[in-house]
Amino acid sequence: MEFKAVIFYVFATVLIGAALRVITARNPVHAVLFLVLAFFNAAGIWMLLQAEFLAIALVMVYVGAVMVLFLFVVMMLDVNLERLRQGFWSYLPLGGMLGLLMAGEMALVLGGSYFGVENFPGQDVAAEASNTKDLARLLFTKYAWPFEIASVILLVGIIGAVMLTLRKRGDTKAVNPLDQIKVKRNDRVRMVSMHSESDAPAAPQTDLTAPKGE
Amino acid sequence: MMDAVLAMILPAAQALLGPLFPLVWALVKIVLIIAPLMLCVAYLTFWERKVIGWMQVRIGPNRVGPWGLLQPIADGIKLFLKEIIFPTVADKPLFVIAPILALAPALAAWAVVPFSQGWVLADIDAGVLYLVAITSMGVYGIIIAGWASNSKYAFLGSMRAAAQMVSYEVSMGLALITVLMVSGSLNLTTIVNGQAKGLFADFGVGFLSWNWLPLLPMFGVYLISGIAETNRAPFDVVEGESEIVAGHMVEYSGMAFALFFLGEYAGMILVSTMTSIFFLGGWLSPVGFLPDGFYWLAIKIATVLFLFLWIRATFPRFRYDQIMRLGWKVFVPITLAWILVIGVWMMSPLTIWK
Repeated sequence: MEFKAVIFYVFATVLIGAALRVITARNPVHAVLFLVLAFFNAAGIWMLLQAEFLAIALVMVYVGAVMVLFLFVVMMLDVNLERLRQGFWSYLPLGGMLGLLMAGEMALVLGGSYFGVENFPGQDVAAEASNTKDLARLLFTKYAWPFEIASVILLVGIIGAVMLTLRKRGDTKAVNPLDQIKVKRNDRVRMVSMHSESDAPAAPQTDLTAPKGE
Repeated sequence: MMDAVLAMILPAAQALLGPLFPLVWALVKIVLIIAPLMLCVAYLTFWERKVIGWMQVRIGPNRVGPWGLLQPIADGIKLFLKEIIFPTVADKPLFVIAPILALAPALAAWAVVPFSQGWVLADIDAGVLYLVAITSMGVYGIIIAGWASNSKYAFLGSMRAAAQMVSYEVSMGLALITVLMVSGSLNLTTIVNGQAKGLFADFGVGFLSWNWLPLLPMFGVYLISGIAETNRAPFDVVEGESEIVAGHMVEYSGMAFALFFLGEYAGMILVSTMTSIFFLGGWLSPVGFLPDGFYWLAIKIATVLFLFLWIRATFPRFRYDQIMRLGWKVFVPITLAWILVIGVWMMSPLTIWK
């Protein structure tokens, strides 16, 4: 067996194992961590296909950012497992059908040789081509408009999420850091010019009207 | 000379090892990178204690060995001999994996770092992407450690780490986009070589042709974000010993604790190296009459590391909401504006990157 095939089977085995554990793990934090492992192995398989940009982008975006926030949320929530498992059997038929549909669609693509998919024109890629550069060229020339529209939709999503969760509460004492940074010394401290204090001289016997501290 | 020795040894080794040769050769190169790195990490802890000691008019460690030079070794042996205590309700497997996850990305990232012309383990085209992806994994060690310890302080530390590190990755990545724009490549060697060309380099003052000058705001943003990304003072709210004891590390002892320490210092060296390569010309000589070479990179890394220590000894810790404000409301707008400036500059007739 070729060395590349060995690597592929290692990645694929771990990927499937991790993916199974995502749905069977009892602890939601473990499930999220298995999902991270699954992403990582998927990236490895993409790397074998020489799609290095997609592989690294998967690690960067999903493993490095999205799953961290996922973990953040799952750790913060006190998930009640009993309630999560309620109604498992009543949802099973619908879930099972969706699963079968997805598996069937994948079989159509993966089992391409049975359905003549190989008759579609293949991509001729030069051995030395950098697919990051090629992808960028396509994204910013041929597909510039779809790309921009997709990014605007994402931006709308971000702003929408912020607006939905943003609420002004009257009962907090939090201060805007910007206001705090703008504070100058004169807002907080008033400098008073006064004579320095000194020890009073030995109590004068005669002149009690003389000013003190001179 | 080095090349001559290599040319002598390599064919013999190739004949001896046969098909295993590429694997063994790669392992040898990995050891050649990791072993000196670990030594640097050990002596960086020593240097930090010395420098901060001097800045605070103390002496610093000076008892173990001549001038205290054996102090890091003694520390290592001490930590190695200590017991690793598992909290009773800790998630044991994750508790063990967390320190490994904290250290591994800081080491794996070195695979694409070029030390001099051609001195690189893996000269890949997507080097910058690989670096960003791998360093973004470092946060898992901290989050998992905080959660698996089953302790409130540790958990607070890991929550802070998750938010802070993800936020500063954004500004770091955006700062790197300007570097990519002027270099036109994701390959680290090409990025360094791109800085060797320019008007000032032709006059023999090459250090003015490096990226730090045209990208000065980005240089600042990258450096400060790097400090925040490695959770160093003044951004060390993750540890925050005055508020949450030691954050994610509070339940760790012995070698498990030491791994977090190694990870933090290896991360510092990595960020300094990245700053040197992206903005300070890597192994290029600052002036025309001196030859380029690895020692220039070493000097630059050491300078940036000293800056880290200096900053730690100088500034008080930021408050958490101010850290978030700095990342999102100051750095992100600055980087976005500078990307636009560089874009317009590159397209204008005044461009210096042709």
